[in-house]
Amino acid sequence: MTGFPILSLMLAVPLIAALACLLVSAGTARMLALLATLIDLALGIVLWTQFQIDGPQWQFTERAALFSGFNYALGIDGIALLLIVLSVFLMPICIGASWNSITKRVPEYMAAFLLMETLMIGVFAAQDLFLFYILFEAGLIPMYLIIGIWGGADRIYASYKFFLYTLLGSVLMLIAMLWMVNQAGTADIPTLMQYNFPVSAQKWLWLAFFASFAVKMPMWPVHTWLPDAHVQAPTAGSVILAGVLLKMGGYGFIRFSLPMFPDASAYFAPLVWGLSMVAVVYTSLVALVQDDMKKLIAYSSVAHMAIVTVGLFAFNRMGLEGSMMVMLAHGLVSGALFLAVGVIYDRLHTREINRYGGLSINMPKYSLFFMFFTMASVGLPATANFVGEFLSLAGIYEKSSWVALVSGTGIILGAAYMLFLYRRVCFGDQKNADAAAMPDMDVREWLMMVPLAAATLWMGIYPESFIAPMRKDIATLEARLAPTAPKGDAAVTAGHAAPAEDEHGEGGHAGAAPVEHGAEHAAEGSEK
Amino acid sequence: MSWAVSLRLLAAEDLLSVWGLVLLLVSAWAPAKGRAITWAAVGVLFAAIALVWPNVSTGLSGADASAFYAQLSVDAFASYAKVLIYGAAAVSLMVAPAFFERNGGYRAEYPVLMLFAALGMGLMVSATDMMTLYIGLEMNSLAAYVMAAMLRTDGRSAEAGLKYFVLGALASGILLFGMSLTYGFTGGTGFGAIAKALAAGTSLSMGATFGIVFMMAGLAFKISAVPFHMWTPDVYEGAPTPVTTFFATAPKVAAMGLTMRVCLMAFGGQVAAWQQIVMFASIASIVVGALGAIGQGNIKRLMAYSSINNVGFILVGLAAATTDGSAAMLTYLAIYVVMSLCGFVVVLSLRDADGKSVESIADLAGLSRTKPGLAAALATVMFSLAGIPPLFGFWGKFVVFQAAVAAGLLPLAVIGIAASVIGAFYYLKVVKVMYFDEPADKVTGEVGSLNAVLLIVTGLFISPLGYLLTGWLGALARGAAVALTKAV
Repeated sequence: MTGFPILSLMLAVPLIAALACLLVSAGTARMLALLATLIDLALGIVLWTQFQIDGPQWQFTERAALFSGFNYALGIDGIALLLIVLSVFLMPICIGASWNSITKRVPEYMAAFLLMETLMIGVFAAQDLFLFYILFEAGLIPMYLIIGIWGGADRIYASYKFFLYTLLGSVLMLIAMLWMVNQAGTADIPTLMQYNFPVSAQKWLWLAFFASFAVKMPMWPVHTWLPDAHVQAPTAGSVILAGVLLKMGGYGFIRFSLPMFPDASAYFAPLVWGLSMVAVVYTSLVALVQDDMKKLIAYSSVAHMAIVTVGLFAFNRMGLEGSMMVMLAHGLVSGALFLAVGVIYDRLHTREINRYGGLSINMPKYSLFFMFFTMASVGLPATANFVGEFLSLAGIYEKSSWVALVSGTGIILGAAYMLFLYRRVCFGDQKNADAAAMPDMDVREWLMMVPLAAATLWMGIYPESFIAPMRKDIATLEARLAPTAPKGDAAVTAGHAAPAEDEHGEGGHAGAAPVEHGAEHAAEGSEK
Repeated sequence: MSWAVSLRLLAAEDLLSVWGLVLLLVSAWAPAKGRAITWAAVGVLFAAIALVWPNVSTGLSGADASAFYAQLSVDAFASYAKVLIYGAAAVSLMVAPAFFERNGGYRAEYPVLMLFAALGMGLMVSATDMMTLYIGLEMNSLAAYVMAAMLRTDGRSAEAGLKYFVLGALASGILLFGMSLTYGFTGGTGFGAIAKALAAGTSLSMGATFGIVFMMAGLAFKISAVPFHMWTPDVYEGAPTPVTTFFATAPKVAAMGLTMRVCLMAFGGQVAAWQQIVMFASIASIVVGALGAIGQGNIKRLMAYSSINNVGFILVGLAAATTDGSAAMLTYLAIYVVMSLCGFVVVLSLRDADGKSVESIADLAGLSRTKPGLAAALATVMFSLAGIPPLFGFWGKFVVFQAAVAAGLLPLAVIGIAASVIGAFYYLKVVKVMYFDEPADKVTGEVGSLNAVLLIVTGLFISPLGYLLTGWLGALARGAAVALTKAV
């Protein structure tokens, strides 16, 4: 398909700006970075408006045989579109968040961020397996530098941990990709999404991909790099890490693991459910006892991402759409929460919760926004998270009521730790004089918070805008997964619960019983 | 086949030998003209590249390429390797005068030795007979021993030269022993004759097996693969940096080309006999190279371990024993040579205020703030050596592992790539020191304009822009690999 190469342009703008940033002074670099990210935001909006909801699955495709062994192939479906829009939406806010707080080596900082933007858009737009891998991995370098140069006191440990963890996860995926391309004879992602690999091979391939995406996501127990990286990274680094980089894991599952290895996905679903359940409960409890604000939000990210994996491995439309919504919502809300932490960190230079208190008295406007995003994180109806979490849990409830039950407790625990955080920071006495003397938000901070709040509300009140572009793609994926998807344990029929004892699964690839042995499979044959 | 045809085929080597002798005489009568002789030698090397280049692009192979009664072959494979060898030799020669003049005087013999070393390496990769192979190998080694000890006033340099000589002689002995066994049990010294005697399907006698094993051991020393790698860090550290630059690049290509020709051509019918050795050497080199590098405080020692590590990755392609594998190795070698050149040019440019070389990694602290260009170049090299995309070093690993996966060597590929993460740790350490630590202000010397040009050229090659060359480089490497298999 020929047309205006808008995706290439979106990649080129930040890349060129990144190179240009290295050559100019600090002030110019800031302006340049803001300009470039705003141009990309504008292009992203054009992309969104031009995307035909009823059009072909892959739009804005571009293809050029620039390289040997892989192609420069770009194209997006609704899922990729939304994640790209999220990325370009967060970027100008990140630049804004770094406006005053980054004072050393500004041109390099801005260059690293712009490079990140190029790579993020590229990851979501890549239609060639190896192009995806290259861009996916390339993100390590700028993020390593961002954490290591501009991070907090323990930044070196965090940057190493981030780099090596993610690299180890990804290299195995590369071998799997090489095998797949050798087997299928093409590196074209849309083709591979239709390709049926042998079931025995799928399991190995799935595990190799899982190693990468589970680390990126991050899932328990390979999540430990995240709190370190989040805490040490500068505010904008945390925003982009939570907002977009974590989504690459979820995107990986939805783009690769599920459609390419449907049998293996069904086979390993209990594993994912089990890990997710542990993550939801365990990381929520860990978040409850943190004294570091950023760490608390980081752990809450792990818990939210577990809801995403639960939804993804529900194998139905509700779960998949819900996961996408949680990802988008979490991108906005956790980004906003990190910004909120950044706002007070810039004033007092500490993230320790006890050093604050009673901020609602001297910073009422700030407290309002913080309250709003706290509620959004908890999943209050009319905010973005509610839609996603509800759909995800409803989706998984069709598969396993136990998983739904345990994951549901995450929402309650989420409310506990977020409200506890809010109480300690914003309510109570102004016990610290320096915290009590902090001025309220300035114009720059308003400009960062308002768009995020508006988007969160929009997504919560009218989620159709976001679900519509991806509806067809999710339906395609659901159809692809349907033949092998595990059967649910809760085939409810009106007025008659069917608590049949069936220790074993329904046979076939869904043979593995769910992790929860207590889960009772409905004898669906009798009731359908 | 007439002598004239053979001589014409070996035009590049003729040129190198004649000019080597001429410059030797010139240097004897006019010893002060070190720089002029150097640039003349660089010119000769570039002329040699121009002479062999047509063989690469036309994919010369088989009988057309055979010279001197099948003792040498100037097929596309040999010519591809020669382009890399002569190019690397030329670059290491260009950076030499400035270094030696700062550290105790430059001697006009140096460029002459370099020409003879290059000639020896040209013969190594062309050899299709044990005899020519050995002559080429020794011609290169003898010149290299002297070059390692070139700084006579520096104890470390003398030590490096001696170590290299003693261990090199031992390895040559082992290689000769293997060659004599092979000759005894196959009845020929020519690769064609050996290949015929050891054709696929024939049973391998115990003596011939020993011959193969000993030859592999000798060759493993030359490519510094584990477990014959111990000399590498000491020699790389002790030798003058331009010589280390040379050791890390051209002889690696020559020895690897030689190993490929021996394994795939002479022993091509008996892959099972050497495949396990190569697989072991490959994994061991990757792991030992990575682990050994972690504790190093000297950048040259670090590069030595890095070269061991990289040899391990290159051997993954040899273990595949396919045309794809050979093509991948050749692609990797080209990228590796440029990466190493770039890395060593940075090391050469690291100087303190008095012009003394800075080799300690700790002294690089905060380099990104005092010398952003140098730091960026070294960081690029480090990430590239670690194989992190989008830098071009990734592509070498990619094609090698692609060949291994296509050949069904999944365990090798998985172990190899997982071990590459260990390697990433110490490459990251260098970046960390340069970018995250407070400036030590040790490196204050100016980067010469020649070094700057070399850094820009090699740096652009290993930058993501290098991917635009993948098609071209892949086609050349494939042509060379096809020529290698056709030569039997």
